Amino acid sequence: MRVLLLLLLALPAWAQVAVPPLATRVTDLTGTLTREQTASLEQRLQSFEARKGSQVAVLLVPTSAPEAIEQYALRVAEQWKIGRRKVDDGAILVVAKNDRALRIEVGYGLEGALNDATASRIIREVITPRFREGDFYGGINAGVDRMLRVIDGEPLPDAAKPVPQVGGGLGQSLPVLLILAMVVGGLLRRMLGKTVGSVAAGGAVGAVAWFLVGAVSIAVVAGILAFIFTLIGGGAGRGFPGGFGGGGLGRSGGFGGGGFRGGGGGFGGGGASGRW
Amino acid sequence: MTLSRIRLALAAMLLLLLSGCGYNTLQSTDEQVKAAWSEVLNQYQRRADLVPNLVETVKAFAKQELEVFTRVTEARARVGSIQATPELVNNPEAFARFQQAQGELTGALSRLLVVAENYPQLKSDANFRDLQAQLEGTENRIAVARNRYIKAVEGYNVTVRQFPSNLTAMAFGFKTKPNFSVENEREISKAPKVDFGQKGK
Repeated sequence: MRVLLLLLLALPAWAQVAVPPLATRVTDLTGTLTREQTASLEQRLQSFEARKGSQVAVLLVPTSAPEAIEQYALRVAEQWKIGRRKVDDGAILVVAKNDRALRIEVGYGLEGALNDATASRIIREVITPRFREGDFYGGINAGVDRMLRVIDGEPLPDAAKPVPQVGGGLGQSLPVLLILAMVVGGLLRRMLGKTVGSVAAGGAVGAVAWFLVGAVSIAVVAGILAFIFTLIGGGAGRGFPGGFGGGGLGRSGGFGGGGFRGGGGGFGGGGASGRW
Repeated sequence: MTLSRIRLALAAMLLLLLSGCGYNTLQSTDEQVKAAWSEVLNQYQRRADLVPNLVETVKAFAKQELEVFTRVTEARARVGSIQATPELVNNPEAFARFQQAQGELTGALSRLLVVAENYPQLKSDANFRDLQAQLEGTENRIAVARNRYIKAVEGYNVTVRQFPSNLTAMAFGFKTKPNFSVENEREISKAPKVDFGQKGK
């Protein structure tokens, strides 16, 4: 009996409201906004992203229970990853209509401009007064307007310029390179003889390193190391299992065609919540 | 020559063994825990920095609530007296003390906000509302940072305990790290709710 009770108590914890997949900038699961209203908001957010680079999204759900709006909004943010990678300039307006609660979740990169106090003011002074009168579109529209204006004032990297991506990292590719050097080196040595094989292995590894890391100095060092390894190592590659293929080197593709995608922005719980 | 060849082969084997036996995972999860902990400290510091301003603002409207002010100030002093170094993570006792001190500050601050509810003038003061929003935001960031720390420690501790990486961990002296206990978690997340309930909104 007691176990059953406990199970019942624990049940709501599993039944979290799912985060809807991200397909458009404005996601309305409550049927509050008309199609024209959604389209107009979408249009504004899209042109803002094209101009400024920041991604802003709006989500309306019936409820976030059993979670508080803060927890739900963070889950949405973590799943959607709105905002550019490394710039983290995303913001999400989440409205839980039946809970009469809303939240502006702010990415790391916007915490300076759209800080907690500002977000709270937008909610208190712009959005909730309209929500109280039942004017949801007006509230969201005006709130988004304010958010965009605030974000506009923040100096951010250009929208057109792709954010420089930090390379795959030498730390990750180094072991792969070493193993590759030993295996390939062993093979080459056996096929071409000691000296020629070592030179070939050194050259090959150097080229691969250059390709992977993009720094000549590192490539040269890797090549020389591979040369020495092969020269004196000999047959060390025999015992290693295969399957060391270049794991972890793949890079996820960016924006696919069609729908809207988050750029990989990070969130840390910044922003403000409100009720009406 | 043969000796150096053997040595080299051994070194190569060791390298492979280490990456195969979770040495790299240990390193990276350890680093993740450190980063997550820094974020926790960072957010706690942010909260502590807000306190003086908040107290001053509330004082301007509610001078007579002396007890609340002393509680907050004392709790903040206690928080400040604990050296919040990254190494704290490796010392369960100090970690527990740190947790308690932060928990007390959480309680004292929520009490302060409850008191503030009784002063309409204070409640409508723009400065106070901004500070309140900042405090709420920071509390939320703390919750997020703590959750991420919990996850990071989980990943690290599993690596330290799991075979075969536990052998590597033993060999290199990696020990499990303390996490935020559930009891503690409940107490901290409950305190404000109880207080707001009493207020009878």
